[in-house]
Parts: sequence; C-alpha cells; structure tokens
Amino acid sequence: MLGRDDKVSAMRLTAAQYIILGIFLVLAYGLWRLQVMQSDFYSLAAEKNRIRNVPVLAPRGKILDREGRTIVDNYPSFSALMMRDSSRDLAGDADLIAQGLHLDPSEVRARIRHFAALPQYQPIFLKEDITPDELQFIEAHRNELPELDTIMAHRRLYPRNGFMAHLIGYVGEVSEDMLNQPQFELYNAGDVVGISGVERQYNTLLMGTNGSRQALVDSHGREVGRLGETDAIPGKQLRLTIDIDLQIAAEEALAGKNGAIVAMDPRTGEILAMVSGPTFDPNDFAVHVSRDQWNKLVTDPDKPLLNKAIQAQLAPGSTFKIIMSVAGWQEGIAQTLHVNCTGSAEFYGRRFGCWVKGGHGEVTLEKAIYQSCDVFFYTLAEKLGIDRIAKYATELGLGQKTGIDLPNEVSGVMPSEEWKIRNFKQKWFAGETISVGIGQGAIAITPVQLLRAISAISMGGRMVVPHVINPTDMPPGYVEAQHYTEVKNVPIDPNGWTFITDAMVKVLLPGGTSPMAAVPGIEIAGKTGSAQIVSLATRAKFKNDEDLAQNGWFVGFTPRRNPDVVVCVLFQGGEHGKLAARLATQVIKAYVEKQRRTPTKMVEKPKSDGTVDIGGLWTEPDSDGDKEKLAGGRFVLDLPKKPMPLATAAPGLR
Amino acid sequence: MSRYVSYRDFDWILLMFVLIICGMGVMEIHSATMHTKFAGAHIRQVYWVGAGVGAMFLMSLVNYQALLDQVHWFYIAAVASLMAVLVFGQKYLGAKRWIKMPGGNHFQPSEWVKLILILAIAKYFADMRQRELSWTDFMKAGAIVGIPMLMVLKQPDLGTALTYLPIVIVGVFLGGLQWKQGLVVALLATAAVGAVFFVPKVHVLKTYQKQRLTSFADPELDPQGSGYQVEQSKIAVGSGGLWGGKGSQTHGAFLPVPQTDFIFAAFAEEHGFVGALGILLLYFIVLMRLTQNAQTAPDRAGTFVVMGVVAVLSFHILVNVGMVVGFMPVTGIPLPLMSYGGSSVLFMFLALGMVMNVRMRRFVN
Repeated sequence: MLGRDDKVSAMRLTAAQYIILGIFLVLAYGLWRLQVMQSDFYSLAAEKNRIRNVPVLAPRGKILDREGRTIVDNYPSFSALMMRDSSRDLAGDADLIAQGLHLDPSEVRARIRHFAALPQYQPIFLKEDITPDELQFIEAHRNELPELDTIMAHRRLYPRNGFMAHLIGYVGEVSEDMLNQPQFELYNAGDVVGISGVERQYNTLLMGTNGSRQALVDSHGREVGRLGETDAIPGKQLRLTIDIDLQIAAEEALAGKNGAIVAMDPRTGEILAMVSGPTFDPNDFAVHVSRDQWNKLVTDPDKPLLNKAIQAQLAPGSTFKIIMSVAGWQEGIAQTLHVNCTGSAEFYGRRFGCWVKGGHGEVTLEKAIYQSCDVFFYTLAEKLGIDRIAKYATELGLGQKTGIDLPNEVSGVMPSEEWKIRNFKQKWFAGETISVGIGQGAIAITPVQLLRAISAISMGGRMVVPHVINPTDMPPGYVEAQHYTEVKNVPIDPNGWTFITDAMVKVLLPGGTSPMAAVPGIEIAGKTGSAQIVSLATRAKFKNDEDLAQNGWFVGFTPRRNPDVVVCVLFQGGEHGKLAARLATQVIKAYVEKQRRTPTKMVEKPKSDGTVDIGGLWTEPDSDGDKEKLAGGRFVLDLPKKPMPLATAAPGLR
Repeated sequence: MSRYVSYRDFDWILLMFVLIICGMGVMEIHSATMHTKFAGAHIRQVYWVGAGVGAMFLMSLVNYQALLDQVHWFYIAAVASLMAVLVFGQKYLGAKRWIKMPGGNHFQPSEWVKLILILAIAKYFADMRQRELSWTDFMKAGAIVGIPMLMVLKQPDLGTALTYLPIVIVGVFLGGLQWKQGLVVALLATAAVGAVFFVPKVHVLKTYQKQRLTSFADPELDPQGSGYQVEQSKIAVGSGGLWGGKGSQTHGAFLPVPQTDFIFAAFAEEHGFVGALGILLLYFIVLMRLTQNAQTAPDRAGTFVVMGVVAVLSFHILVNVGMVVGFMPVTGIPLPLMSYGGSSVLFMFLALGMVMNVRMRRFVN
C-alpha cells in the first residue's frame, strides 16, 4: 500500500526527462536538416515562390500593302480580371460588377463558385475585350472594388467585312495538335499564332519574341515589386505585293459571288490582288468565335473558309484551249489544221457537240481561239493524244502546286495514261482525250495554276513563281523566299506566242466570245471558259440543261505584248465565261487607270491647285529651215476634275 | 496543516525564462503581422501575457490540495461546458468550438478543460493505493480523459482532443504502468489508428481530418491544402539557413497564419537555425525546471499536477514544431507562450500558476 505522501518513482521522472530530451533532439535534428543541410534548396524554393515571370507580350508585326498602306494592325484590348483577395466578399460585389461590365450577376457568381477550388493566386477572367466604358468602370472603382483588375493584350485588327480575309488569314491560340508538329515546337501553349493565310505562312516573322518581367509577388499573386525586365521584340512588319486599290477593285467585282479573282504581275510573279468568295470576317475570330458561328462557316456549302484561288480544284473549261493551242503549235499541228465545224463531230464512235449548235463552219486556229470552237480542239486533241497534251500542260505547271507562299495550296490533276493506270488501274480510253481537249473530263486545276500558265504564255514562255511578299524584304537567311524569284523558261515558238496572243485579243473584240467585256482604250488579251460542274453523263439525265449551273472562267492580260498584269477569274455558278470576263476586265481597268495616273518621268503628281506639269517632246524646223530638230518643254495643265482618291489603308483601318 | 506560503519560494527563474519566450513571441508576432490586417496583434498579446501573469499569481494563491478536493465538481462543470458548446456553440469555419459570452467575448472551454483534466488525473493517481497499475485503474483513468476527449472530437477539434492524451499517458506512466500493459496498449492503439484510417465503415475522423493527416505524408498530392501549408512552412524554415534570412515567406504571406500556428516557422525563417535552436533551448530549460519542481513536490498529487503540465507543454511543442519542420501533420495546435491568442496564453499561465502553487507548498508538512 502506498501512503498519500509517498513519492512518485524517481526513476520514472528521470525517464520522463530523457524522453523530453529525446523529443527535443528530434526537433533540433528537424531544424538542422531544413536549415543547414537543405538550406540552399529551400532558399531557392523561397525565391521561386516570390519571383514570377510575367510575360510581356510582343505585338505582332503589321501587314502592309506594296505601297506601305496598312492592311492589318493591332489594337490594345483589355480583359477584366478578378483577383481573389480573401478580405473581399466577392459574391456580395457581384451585382455591382455585373452591372459595370454588362454581365449577368448570376453568371458572375457562377464563375466565382466555379473557380473557388483553384489556387487563390490565379485570377478569374470575367470578360475579354472589354469596351472603353467598361474599362472606365474598373478604373473608377479601384477603391470600391479593389479585386477588379485588367490585363492588356494586343489583338489583331483586320479589315472590315472579310476584305482580303483568305489571303491574310487569321490568328488563334496555338492548339495542342499544332504544338506536336515540328514547325510549332518552339511555341508554348497560350501563344497566339497564325492559323491560316499569310498570318500562318509568315508567322515566325510576324510573331516577334515575348519579353518577360520578373515580378515580386505575394501569395495572392499581387505584384509587390519588380526585379528586372527583358523587353519584348515586336514582330516584323510584312509588306505584301498586294495593291490595295486593285484588291478593292477585285473585291468589288466578286462581291456577293462565289469564286475567286487573282491578279499577278507576269514579269515577277508578284500577286497584286487575290479574292475568294464568299468571305468571312476574321475579326470575329480575334476574340472568341462562338461554336454556332464556326459551325455555320464550316458547313456552308459555298465553303467560305476555303481560299478558292489556291484551293478550288475544277475543270478549266475552254480556257484550257490556250494550252492546247501552245501544245498544237509546238508540235507543228495547230498552225496548219483546218476543221469544218458542223456543230458536232464523231470521235471513237461517240458524238461530241460544239457549244455553237449550228457550227462555226471553216475554222483555223485563230478563229478557234476567239470563237472557242470545240470541234477544232476535239480534232487537235485527237491528233495530239493525251500524253503530248499532258506534257505541255505539265510544263506550264498545271496539275502541280505553283509554290505560292500561302499554306494549304492544292495540286489539282493533269491526267495522262500513266496517271490513269497509277490511280485507277485502268487503261486510258482514247475517247477521254477528246473531253480534255476542251478542258473537261478528269482535268482539275486551281485558279492560280491557270493564272501562272497563261502568264507564262503571255511572256513567251517565261514562267514565274507566284508570291505575295517581296523576297528582297525578307531578312537574310530566310531561305524559303529564295525560290520565289526562280524563273522557268518553257520553250514556246515566238511565232506561236504572237499568233496565239493576237487571237486572244480578238476574244474581246466584236466576233469574239466576249466582246461586251471589252474596255474602251485598253487592249486586253484573254480567254473565256465555262465548265460543267457535273459530268456530261449526269447532265444528260436532266432534260433542262439551263438549271445546272456552270463555272465561268476568264483569264486575261494587258497589254498584248510584254504584259504587266494578268488576271484570272473563277465565277462559280457564273454560267458562262462572258460574265467572268466582265469581272476580270473590271479589275484590269482599275489597274490600268491607276497606272495611267501614277506620276512618271513625263508627268508629275498633280499639285494642290489642281494643275499638273507635263513634259513634252516634239520636232520643229531647225533654224536653218530644212532640217527638223527635237525640242522639249514643260506645260502646265488644269486637271478637269478631281480624280477618285486612292485608298490609304484597307477598309476598316485608318 | 500549516499554511506557510511565501513568494520567496515562487519560481522566479522559471517565470523569467517563460517571459523571455513570451517576449520572443511578441517580437515575432509584431514582425509577422506588420503589414497585414492583423497589425497591432503584438500589443494585444502583451496584454494577454500581463493578464496571464496576474492569473498565474491568483492561481498560486489557492491551495492546489483544496482544488483537488473539489475536482469532481470541476470535472462535472467541464463536461457540462463542453456539452453546452455542442448545443449552443457558435459555428465558425465548420466547427463549433466557441461559446459567445455576454459582453461579446468568445470563450473556448476546451482549453480550460485541459487544466481540470490535469487536476482530475493527479487526484486519481494520488489517491491510488497500489504501486502497480491494475487494468481497472487503467480503464478509469482512460475514461476520465476519454469522455471530454470524445466531446471535443465531436466539435470537431482533433488537435485539442489530442492534447488531452499526454495528460493520461504521463499519469499512467508515473502511476505505475507495467511493461506488459504498455505493450498491449501500444498494440491496441496502433490497431485503432489503423482502423480509423483504413476501414471504410469507421467514421471517427472527418474526411478533411484524414486528408490533413495523409497529405502530410505526401504534400505533393495537395499543394494548395494542408500539404501546401507544410510545404510553405518547410520552405520558410529552410530558407532561414543558419543565421536567418529576409523573411519573404512570412512577409509575402506564403506562410499561413504566421502569428499563430506557424509562428515558429516565421521565427526560424527570420532568425535561422541559431535562433530557432535558442528557442528550443529555452523551452527545454523551462521543461527541465518544471520536472525538477515535480521531483521536489510535497506529495504525489503535486508531482502529478506538475507532470501533467509538463506533458501538455511537451506535447504542444512536439506537435507544433514537428509540424513546422514537416515531421507532423497539420493539426492546428499552437505553440504555447509564443503563438498569438488569449485562450492559449491564459491556459499556459494558469497551468504555470498551479506549478507555482505546488512549489510554494513544497516545505509544507
């Protein structure tokens, strides 16, 4: 028995002291481990906690036209953010915030709830691309609503109403898929990159390099100081070969229509204008494209997202007869061929009709071109055979990519015996050659291919690579640009070249297929074409031919010798090449008129008082009286009326 | 029984070390809250310490033997107050721990229940008449602590409930625990902890409590929750190095509640290994001084009272500093004498008052 005053075991009290000592040794070891052994590691962790690398976004480079006029610019866009400081009743402020930012209060609350589980230092995005009055609301409520903040980003400002949309393309956040592709491997998730068009092709130049700011932050992510900053390197300006004035003319010509118009300088391959219709507004993509809007664009049967100038693969119709003429001339057949067109002819036991039911009568190559006689070219095709046709067409670039500096160009098809066996494991039927002779059947080309081929013919065989930037503007080492200046010489007999181009001038003269498209005072050489969208066999099933739309084509250039512009028009559902020809001549007219008022060495720019200095040369009798001598001088002329002003920038941009 | 009591026998050395620790605490609270909405907390802490010293003197005046004689009433009152918390308590952050008192003050009964349990256990073992512990004694002592413990667990406040455990452990150990019993209890405890965590039907702990305890084992799993807190605390301590650093963890608000539960981490960050070890040494001196007082206590009851205080204080230090250095899970247990907070400071000084009480009566009889 223990007495009340007996002591507690001294041994156990001592044991308790040792246990306490043990506890303290363990804790001291814990401190030693963190503060001495791993001190460097944790010091670094503390630094990393504190220093946040905030990217300083580099603005993308502007896109300009050949004269330096702005086509694509940037504008500062602000997004409203909510910083979640625990000291604020965020849900309580929701009504005021929603009112100021024109949002639904329940939506604001839903966002707060939705992001409640996220780390505090991550702000909530409330609204992107806020309006100036919403921005002012945030600035004015800095004290009442300290949790609101804004972040600035440069956004792309594209021309209005889808002007030039296909050529320019648009930008978007880099997708997971793209990051896996080698050409995007240097990009980070969240980077804004070009998705299509020039924006994609020249993304590396346009994009620039983001800088970064080393900010000192607290655990709420609030900046409490700044350590250093590396500046962003803005993207480079990109000057296109496009001429806005010509582009406007082309856009106006194709407005509301389905198809494509491309204009090019045949001497250099510089694309002067490129339109595809229908179009889309890339500004809609700049902030947020809604799913509905996107689906509508993707499912539209007129394919507004497709750049038809480089992506539509269609039968060239009668425009192919120019290539046939070159092939026939080079082979020595066409110049001596005489055909009597009776409205149709029989080949390989099948009757092929001419578009003129009554027939053209006696036809030679010249008439066959300006009257577009089918029977003549059926006969020529029969004599040439498919492989000789394919040889010349392929030399002129048909059925292959032109190498234009735009993404996703398609190659089309130029059929041949070998092609048929390779793709269909079938022999080529001679009858198929007859259709190809007038640009129908298995042949499928893009507008830009046709443009390039006709351009080469107009230049006597000098074939260029179409491109939309000036290679000399590119930074040194941009090797992709080097092949834009490559020139291929396709052998064409000079007599054949002059003969064929002279015949093409007659297309737009009375007696040709498209005299209504002629422009007084401008000599245009060209060729119309119309191609069935459906095959002849399908067409036969429908009695009323007229209901089935045809694609109208026109490809032309001016002037007849040493042309400086060549235009190709595809007018889908345009019935006949005559309609396409009018669109093309509209563009050519705009080009020539601009050229004619551009100051030259002889004529200066009009002065502000509406007068213009003109230099003149004339001959006058020599002072001796019997000889004539050359004299020169300057005149001042009053301009009769103010000329139409040229564009200063793309529509929608200053 | 003669009542010769003198302040000459008051443990002034102990009080000096305790006040040094409190001073360090006040300093660190000032530093940690300087630029936050808690700025000025160190002044209030000084008031609390002052009030605590006063309470300590008052406590030392009442003869602890008289308190022990009445302990059954105190115990009933303690259980009743815990019951009241469960019924009328204010819910704050998902737990009912506080009772709103008239005058706007909040009162957390679970703190002073600790004092009563120290007395109750002391009384129980002092009255025991054998040198060796029987299973019945064991169960009874367990029940004395177990009932309030379950009630606090129900609030739910796992941290405070656990602080009751060392009181009974020390009581049993000093009361004559046999090796065999120790072994059996250790096995049973292991089995019980295992059941709580791994048998899905057992719902003793709330899910968040389990998460806190498991996230301690793998902080990466939950970087923003309690695992995040442990990680930030380790970064704070580690970046302090040998001599202390800039304190960016504390002042950048990366360290959670640097004035209460994580005050030791804040101190270790600003004063380094040398400073932190100094604080541990101060605590060690205090604890050794306390056990010395337990050895010189006039009777068994006195020894048990002082050792109860030692047990609670050691446990708080072990769990709090252990949490700060990443050895222990986050349980919300403050560091006594340093952490900001009235309840905690008052409890410590009342407990010290009881120790003084025992010491001042060591020459009685």
